[in-house]
Amino acid sequence: MRANCWIAPHRVAVEDVPDPQILNPRDAVVRVTSSAICGSDLHLLEGFIPPMKRGDVLGHEFMGEVVELGPGARDGLRVGDRVVVGFPIACGDCVSCQSGLYSVCENSNPNAGMAEVAMGHSPAGIFGYSHLMGGYAGGQAQYVRVPYADVGALKIEDDLPDEQVLFLSDVLPTGYMAAEQCDIKPGDTVAVWGSGPVGLFATVSAYLLGAGRVIVIDRYPYRLRMARDKAGAETINYEETDVLDTLREMTAGRGPDACIDAVGMEGHHPSAALHAYDRAKQAAKAETDRPHALREAILSCRNGGTVMAIGAYGGFIDKFPMGSFMNRSLTMRSGQAHVQRYMRPLLERIRRGEIDPSFIITHTMRLEDTPQGYDIFKNKQEDCVKVVLKP
Amino acid sequence: MTRKTTTGVRSVTDALGIERAAQDRATEGLARVLGWISLGLGVTALAAGSRIAQACGVGDSRTARAVLRAAGVRELGHAAALLIPRRAALNTWTRVAGDAMDLAATGLAMRNRRGKRRRRLAYPMAALAGITAVDLYVSVRATQRRRVRDGGRAYGSVTVNRTPEEAYNFWHDFENLPRFMYHLESVRRTDPQRTRWTAKAPAGRSVQWEAEIIEDRPNQLIRWRSVDGAKVPNSGTVRFMPAAGSRGTEVRVELEYSVPGRPLGRLAARAFGEHPQQQICDDLRRFKQVIETGEITRSDGTPDGTSLKSQARQRPARPLARIA
Repeated sequence: MRANCWIAPHRVAVEDVPDPQILNPRDAVVRVTSSAICGSDLHLLEGFIPPMKRGDVLGHEFMGEVVELGPGARDGLRVGDRVVVGFPIACGDCVSCQSGLYSVCENSNPNAGMAEVAMGHSPAGIFGYSHLMGGYAGGQAQYVRVPYADVGALKIEDDLPDEQVLFLSDVLPTGYMAAEQCDIKPGDTVAVWGSGPVGLFATVSAYLLGAGRVIVIDRYPYRLRMARDKAGAETINYEETDVLDTLREMTAGRGPDACIDAVGMEGHHPSAALHAYDRAKQAAKAETDRPHALREAILSCRNGGTVMAIGAYGGFIDKFPMGSFMNRSLTMRSGQAHVQRYMRPLLERIRRGEIDPSFIITHTMRLEDTPQGYDIFKNKQEDCVKVVLKP
Repeated sequence: MTRKTTTGVRSVTDALGIERAAQDRATEGLARVLGWISLGLGVTALAAGSRIAQACGVGDSRTARAVLRAAGVRELGHAAALLIPRRAALNTWTRVAGDAMDLAATGLAMRNRRGKRRRRLAYPMAALAGITAVDLYVSVRATQRRRVRDGGRAYGSVTVNRTPEEAYNFWHDFENLPRFMYHLESVRRTDPQRTRWTAKAPAGRSVQWEAEIIEDRPNQLIRWRSVDGAKVPNSGTVRFMPAAGSRGTEVRVELEYSVPGRPLGRLAARAFGEHPQQQICDDLRRFKQVIETGEITRSDGTPDGTSLKSQARQRPARPLARIA
């Protein structure tokens, strides 16, 4: 089959690789009908999440049709079923899974020892997301093996097009969880750093959960326009105005009730000097992640408010404003999305027409053109927000 | 030799281990004292060589001074070997070798001398013999300790989302063990209390032994040991305790074993991640996977399932070629 593979930092290529096969009783093999490039794939592309090997198949947002099932398949999945697959691989049987914490499944990372060295304890395995997260082949391919398919694959029984349900695999639940974890009360003001797919879905979700105002912060006018037009947000371009001052002004001095960092480890800073400071530290491996958005989110948040870090971080950060965080009684929430917890209820909301996630798609490309898709997405060319791939 | 374990945990029931460590400390202490003596001797021999030569009756000849200077330098070497390393008791063997040289040199000096000078040499000779005895004692003791430690114990724990009863029953059926203990080829029940174990050994061979259950407390504990005559004498205990607040069961395993083979072989085994302590951690991870999910977790990078070895030697995360 054809699959998009990581070759070296800053380089991916579509290559011929063997077709996946059933390795375990509860596996399924899925023929991919649509997949997507995620912002976190860009972290892998840049080599910021280190344990990558030449030839790793990338991609953790995908859906398709079940073409093969292992002998131990549970729960009525059948060959021919149309499914969306959540990006965290979760067994469904451990205490974490049974508490709804699927992205910290205790069994799905075969390289848990490696992750324990880096992180203390191991999170779940993730499709196409480095060997630290298990070394699983991803879904930017024609076929993909889905372990614990009974837990990971959600059957889509009606005729909703791929474009409407594909994002149940990651960015929609991720954005939704970001908003949900903020414990939004009616009328709350929520600030969202990053107007990419996750930030946009966090905005939509915050409104669904009762927020009075959502303010989105980014530097690309086309993305801010999408946040205004499609998600109903107010916007701040951080290259034009000071974010802290503006948020203080917009909330009459209180600060937003909740702040969502939907940027993560590769943030930018409007001041070239400050950006260069973190770039240099990152290059020298003195820190692995650039937490501009997180720092700003903490400083902006109202006293006693909630900061949600949903953007992906990989390692260590520097200059964490702990004094502000501690003295002002803030709460921080975080986590890779527990996708399996949100897939069904969100599918219901899509069915009822409350959300149409397809608005973020700006590019649809052939699997063969994936490397070009990475380029366009990474460099924010052609007003790119989301690339969908068709094998 | 105290081994650094990955867990660094010593079970409360590990009285033997603690006792052994205490004995080690005594030997280490003696070795350390000998090191300081070597340092003193070395410095004295280099600083006041001629006076010593006269005092012990060899006379202040050129040869005597050269021999003493060489001995002084050598003593400094012993001191370094005994004082610098964290665990130095085995290095007392260098002192035994030195003693042999000194005895030989003194013996030679006695043969060439007569009368009063010869009698005067008898005192250092006797002193040397005494020191040699002490050195030998410490060395032999340290070596024996090392030999006892040829084996060792490994310890690991894991929490599984199963009741103590389920975990106990799964383990009590010893034939289940090879499903998650990769070094085992098979375990066969020979009678209700006895099982026959076959384990993989280096170079594609296998080693077999018979084991018996020596303590069996349902849903709490199983203790077993190899019966007499096993090539690899070993024993093990597994305990099951309910984790607080319906968090499943805490499973704690302790293994005691003695490993045949030369130290080099053991070192090599460790380098390949087959150290029992590592093995037990990997085994318990797989035990959790099997008892909770019914399968061993496999990815394209780690197709054979969790182990330190496969973690270090990752395949690319792309499907394996289909085996026809």
